[in-house]
This record gives sequence, structure tokens and C-alpha cells, in this order.
Amino acid sequence: MALTLSSPARRRLRTLGFLSPWLIGFSVFFAYPLIATVYFSFMHYNQIKAPTFVGLRNWKYVFQDMPLFGPALWNTLWLVVVMVALRVVFGLSLGLLVTKIKSGVGFFRTAFYLPYLAPPVAATVAFVFLLNPAAGPVNEVLSHLGITGPNWFNDPSWAKPSLVMLSLWGIGDLMVVFMAALLDVPKEQYEAAELDGAGAWARFRYVTWPSITPIVMFAVVTGVVQTMQYYTQALVAGKIASGVSIGPGSVIQPGYPDHSTLTVPQLVYSMGFQNFNTGAACVLSLVLFAIAMAVTMLLMRKRSGLLAAED
Amino acid sequence: MPRWRIPLRAPVALAAAGLLLAGCANPSTGSAEDDPAAPVTLKFWHGWSAPGEVKAINDSIARFEKLHPNIEVRATGNVSDATTNQALRAGGDEAPDVVSSFTTHNVGQYCDSGMWVDLDPFMRKTGLDKEKVFPRSLLDYTSYRGNQCALPLLADAFGMYYNKDAFEEAGISRPPRTMSELTAAARKLTVRSGDSYERVGFMPNFRLYQNSPDRLFAQWGPAYFDEDGHARLAEEPAAYDFFETVKELRDAQGGYDALERFRTSFGDEMSNQNAFLTGKLAMHLDGEWRGLMLDEAGAGFDWGVAPLPVPDDQAETYGRGYLTGTVVGIAHSSRHQNAAWELVRFLTADTDQVVAFANAIHNVPSTYAALESPELDADPAFRTFLGIARNKYSRALPPSTNGGMYIVQLQDFAYSQEAGEVPDLRKGLRRLDELIDADTLQSQN
Repeated sequence: MALTLSSPARRRLRTLGFLSPWLIGFSVFFAYPLIATVYFSFMHYNQIKAPTFVGLRNWKYVFQDMPLFGPALWNTLWLVVVMVALRVVFGLSLGLLVTKIKSGVGFFRTAFYLPYLAPPVAATVAFVFLLNPAAGPVNEVLSHLGITGPNWFNDPSWAKPSLVMLSLWGIGDLMVVFMAALLDVPKEQYEAAELDGAGAWARFRYVTWPSITPIVMFAVVTGVVQTMQYYTQALVAGKIASGVSIGPGSVIQPGYPDHSTLTVPQLVYSMGFQNFNTGAACVLSLVLFAIAMAVTMLLMRKRSGLLAAED
Repeated sequence: MPRWRIPLRAPVALAAAGLLLAGCANPSTGSAEDDPAAPVTLKFWHGWSAPGEVKAINDSIARFEKLHPNIEVRATGNVSDATTNQALRAGGDEAPDVVSSFTTHNVGQYCDSGMWVDLDPFMRKTGLDKEKVFPRSLLDYTSYRGNQCALPLLADAFGMYYNKDAFEEAGISRPPRTMSELTAAARKLTVRSGDSYERVGFMPNFRLYQNSPDRLFAQWGPAYFDEDGHARLAEEPAAYDFFETVKELRDAQGGYDALERFRTSFGDEMSNQNAFLTGKLAMHLDGEWRGLMLDEAGAGFDWGVAPLPVPDDQAETYGRGYLTGTVVGIAHSSRHQNAAWELVRFLTADTDQVVAFANAIHNVPSTYAALESPELDADPAFRTFLGIARNKYSRALPPSTNGGMYIVQLQDFAYSQEAGEVPDLRKGLRRLDELIDADTLQSQN
């Protein structure tokens, strides 16, 4: 007997069929990991023996007995605020610069973009050597100018600003995004504004800015999410600057100097894959997820407000 | 008024499937049912990476394969503990059968988690009496609560290298034996150059190369844990004396900031830019392997070796030092555990093999018979380390269920303390004990 389906059922099945690639991807790469992370946050699991339920012990451990959690969270939030803001401002400024200059455009665009192509580990190692307080060329030049250079990556107060400098050096990605957005602003609007007597600032404020606002929001949201996952540069900078030998028997302790470069993702890795404290790593991941979600929602609401204001 | 239908079925099904899958986490397990005389290929992971060391371990494997023609060994070098840890948890056909670690820190974790199998049944099966073969201190650092999941594969002893030319220049006739002598010698040997240094007598900062605080602290012979396994550093008088002594050492040579700035100019420990090799340090805490490296690099000065100084009130313990070593075991996932045991037994308990390997890489032999062997290298520097290894006061770190986490906590504390960020040492040590205990509790099932 042939199976006959009613028309709405066939429609639902067809819809489900079209949605299935997304549904499968969402389930495997988002829903399952999220559910598993919540599950393991209540379990003791060393990745060898079967997990056992421990209630809120992992949560208590992270919030009460993990002294590195506070500095890691603070550093992550500091980087989110300072690094993202400066990257957007600097990227937009460079974008404006390379769209305005008349000669040598190709050279400048290439020169500003190239650092972005440098592998993060190599770029970080080079920066740490350049900024070595005792033997680095930067402090050498500063000393010739009569300035005592800071200890850069070896000073807790300067380590994060040094990482920000490194990220600004590799600003090529944002520069290209902003450059494309700026070139997309209709020229007639500038001409109309000029006829109305608008100066440079007024043209930027009333013509450029409204046109590129969605791109700025995009840069901020992706910047926040990326910075929440900030790992490689901070780990490499701390390791190289510390000068601590890492042999096959030892473990990298991130955060040098004085935990000033320790970020939550580094702590997640240390807990999960060095100490095999899966429960604590999952708690940290959930905290990170909650913050990233809250910040993104806030920004998206703000963006809706901006669009509504424009409308 | 519209009625909202909340779609529950799909999320509930998804959550149930997710929880089911999450609960399925379970690594593969091996077996000890194999015939060690049957042809088999063993995978052996180790940490050696320097050309001379790799040659020495490959020569050892060749000797083993000659004795056991049915066993082929595929060795992989330069493997870190983190890699081994992750690979054994991930399982799979390419996971190693025989595993080794350059540190004793993680033995407690390996034994307690069951990641490395208990070797006692294999020893009983093949008639190896461990008490007669291995020194007690080495058996202690390769076991945890009665589970002998590892055996020592040569040991490391830490002592003091010193620049004899610099000593002569400063008018010092012999290496210091007590901490007050060390401070006085360090002050004399330090040569300032403007805001920085030309040479530091003894760099006490804990981030230098092998200067992890537990190594110098071993000269005090501290007890880290009480009988119940709780951290007791705040109750340990040696801890206060240790931190005070190191502070005196720093102050005698210009203070933490100046020393730390100078330290950042040092080259890589394992390169020819090593600060002792380049003459930036007159005295230096290091392991027995450094002597071979100094010879190979052709140090431009006359150097000597002595045990590290001891606290003034423990002068009778002079000659002691921090002990650690390479450990070797069998992965829980190995399906050829009897064959793997043959390799472990050969590497750790065959006297000729242990002596040949110790001579080749200048490590301290780890069996009674090898320590007494006339074939051992007669180099006086090496012999000094053999003396440290034999000294009854020499100490290895106690194993812990979470590996070296308590040492990481101690390091973190020591870094803050040396930077002047611990105003109240007693309070700081109490908090350190709490954190170590919290880590231990967190690691227990």
C-alpha cells in the first residue's frame, strides 16, 4: 500500500528537507557542543574515567578557588574594550587615508595590508624581540633619544598595551573592509553636501558615517567575538618574554608577566587539556559564552536603534 | 489574544541526544593478554630531541631489537607530556604502547587516572624484584599510593656549576656550602655595568632556566603535605627561611627589578647563548646534563661542579640536591602490554643498557647495579652528580593526584613573592595551601 501524505505534511517534510543541511550543521557544531559543555560543567571528568556528577563543585571551584579566573576575565574584558575600540578607530582612519591619498595608493594599501598576512606566531615573536627591554632595538633607539623605554612585554602594566600595538600593526583586514565601505558611499551625496557648504567634518558626520555604520557595527561585533577568543598572540608573547624554558617535561604557564596577558581562552585550554579538569574548563567556556552573547545582543540592539534613527 | 505555541519537542530531543552522546565519553582500553614472543610492532614515545640523545635512545632500541627479534619498535621523539596526555585520552590505533616523561611531576596523575598501567603484575610475572633493583627514592617518585605505574629511566640530579676563573678573580677559594656563604660569594662575584650587569654571582629569580622554586627549596628538605595529603607549607618553617634567603640573595645583587631586567637579555637555555656559558652568571643551578653541553660548546673558561649550598642550620646535609628523572610506563590503551613490558624492563633494569645509556647522555643511572658499575663515566663533574643522587638527604617531589599542579601553584606564588607582591608571607602561604587543597579536591573523583 502506497504511503500517502496530506498536503500540509508534505509541505512540512519539504521544508524540513530544505532546512536539513543547516539543522545538521547547527546540531553537530553548535547545539551538541553547547549541551555537552553544560552537562560536563556539573560532572567530574578527567577524560579517562567515566564522568561522575558533582553538582555545583566545578562552579564553586572556578568562582572561589581559582585565583587566575579574576585576572583572566579582567584581561579579556580589557582587551575587548581597548583593543576592539582602537582597532576600529585605527582601521577606519587608515581606510580614510588610503581612499583619500592621490599618489602611491597601491604602495600604501599594500604596505598597510602586508603585516596582516604575517603568521600570528612569527609576528608576535618578532615584536617581542623588537621590544626586548634589555637588548631590543626599540629601547636602543629610545635610549639614544634620552628616553628610558618601558619593559614592554616584561612589565605587567605594559604587556597588554604591547599586545594592542601588535594588533594595530596587523590592521590590514579592517582597513580593507573600511576601504570598501568608504568607496561605496555615493559620490553625489558628497557633492550635494559640498554645495550645501558642508566642511570635512560635516561631510564625514552626515554623509560618510551614516553610510558606513553597518560596517562599523560589523567590525565591532566580529572584533568582540574574536577578542573573546584571544589566545595565540598572548600565549606566545608571554612565553617568549618570560624566557622560561619549556622542555618536553614542562608545561607552558600562560600569563607572563604577573598574569597580565592571561585570557579566559588560555585558561580554558590549561584546564581542559593540560590539567584535564574538564568540568572547570566547561564552566569557564560557559562564562565566556554568556558574556559574548550579552555583549553581542547589546550591540545588536544598539545597531537596531541606529538603523531606526536613520529611518 | 493570540496563543503562542512553544515548540518543545525538537529542543528536548536534541538535548536528550546531546546528553546521551556526552555521557558516552569513554576512552579505549588495552589488554595484557598478548604473547610477548609473537611478532609485534611497538610504538614508543619519548622526549629526547638533541641529536646525541636521539642517537643514544635509538642505539638502545637497536640493542633491544637484537635481543627480541620478534619485536619491532617504532620510536617517536620530542613528545611532550601534554601530547602524550592528550593522545592517550583520545585513544586510536596510533596511540603509543610505551610512553615516557621527562618529569616525575605527572606520575601521580598517570597512576591515579589509570592512564599508565600498574607495572607490579608484570614485575611479579617476570620475577623482577623492584626493591632489589631500584633505589627507594626512585621507586617513590614513580608510584602513587601503591600503584607502581612507572619505572625510572635514568635520573637527574641538580647541583651548582661555577665559573672557576671568576672565583679566582674574586679571590674565592672554594664553592659555597651554606646559604650565607652563597650570598657572600654572589655579592663578590657580581660585576655591575652602568644600570645593568656584566655578570651576576647567582641569579635567584625563579624564571631563570631551571630555577623553578621547588629545585632550590629541595635544599631545605621541606614536607609539602601532611599525612592526610593536605598542603602544609604555611606550617613548614623551611618555607619562611627559603623565601627569606632568596630575598637576601636578590638584595645582595641589586634587587629583583634589576636582576629581572638583566635576565631578559639572556639567550636560550639550550643554545650557545646560555647565560652561564656566555659568562653572565658565575654560579648556576642546573642538572648533570649541562656538563656535556658545556664541553660540546667549548666554554671559554674553566668550570667546576659542586652540590648546591644548604641552609646554615642544616650544614650536615651538604651534598644533597633535588632529584627527578625520566620515567617510563605502559599506556592503558596498549593491546601489546606484555611485549611493551619487555621493552620497559630492558630500558630500566638491564644493567649494561642502563650504564651505556647513562654514559651516552650523561644522566644518573637509576639502578643499584648500574650506580656501582665500573663502566660508568669517570668524569669528575659527572661523579659529583652521582654523589648527589646517592646522598641520603637528596629529595624528589612527592607525587600528587593532579600531577605537578601544586608545583605550578608554588611557582605562581613564588613569582608574586619575588616581585614584592606578597606583603604577608604567612597569609600568602596559607592561601597557597588552600589553593593546593582545592586543586587536589577538584581532581579527586
